[in-house]
Amino acid sequence: MRKLFLPLVVITAAMFAYSPVLINRAPYESTMLLVQKIFYYHFATWMAGTAALTVCGIASAIYLFAGTPRADRIGVASAELVVIFVGFGFFSGTLWGRKAWGTWFAGDARVMMALIVELIFFGYLLVRKYGGPGSEKLAAAMGVFGAATAPFVYKSVDWWRTIHPKTSVMSTLNDTPGGAIMWSTVLFCSVTFVLLFAVALAARIRLENLRADLDRLYLAAED
Amino acid sequence: MLRRILITLSGVALLGVAAFAQTPNAGQGGFVPLDQMPPGQELPAAQFVIASYAFFLILMMFYLWTIWRRIGKVEHEMRELERRTGSPQR
Repeated sequence: MRKLFLPLVVITAAMFAYSPVLINRAPYESTMLLVQKIFYYHFATWMAGTAALTVCGIASAIYLFAGTPRADRIGVASAELVVIFVGFGFFSGTLWGRKAWGTWFAGDARVMMALIVELIFFGYLLVRKYGGPGSEKLAAAMGVFGAATAPFVYKSVDWWRTIHPKTSVMSTLNDTPGGAIMWSTVLFCSVTFVLLFAVALAARIRLENLRADLDRLYLAAED
Repeated sequence: MLRRILITLSGVALLGVAAFAQTPNAGQGGFVPLDQMPPGQELPAAQFVIASYAFFLILMMFYLWTIWRRIGKVEHEMRELERRTGSPQR
């Protein structure tokens, strides 16, 4: 993994540097024009957030039922990234909504469901920091349930009345004029963000591993 | 400790204020299509796009810097421990 880390950082940085070029080349959406360009980072950040949710959910379940310490370290590392990526998803959505919908915060189903996910993972991190002994298992349970909300967040726009675009936007994007370029741009940005998630996760797991080593050293020194 | 409790409670209270500050839904009757808006009331889009992209880059750089800093702190603590115990522990 260590051998892969540096090439991964370089590839991610290069893709990030190139992404504004592609976004600039992508055609304007006919009704929202320039502000729709937020979409390329907004959608991609939710892809990275979904990756973080998935990793956190799986790692938390493994730790909860098998007690593997490595899974716990992966769980806490990815939970922090859920907060970061979902937080940015909110921020970019807020800016986009202010221009497109005329409001900073539309309390519709998608936005509220996403807010609940963000709060669950804030809770996860607070439990880990201040929960004391045994908080790892409690946090892991929160991680499992937090990840379980992801499909509800995704489908909320189809199930309930909402002003947020439906999930069919992505599947029909290719059929619209200029949609192929938009589709390839959003795919490029999504891959870039998922790679960024992988880089940040690897660095964050290294931090957790070092902390575990330090704890072991303190125990050894006391003995 | 008291400061942390106050910060947490203030954060929760702010969320509550945001929830209660929502104006009631005006329904479809209050909707004005964008192309019928007077030009003076249209918001410039560029500042939103730039703010969104700039915020993300700053946020990620800051976050990656905090990870690097935390790793540095732990490594420093390990070296301190090695120095105190007099032998390499790893």
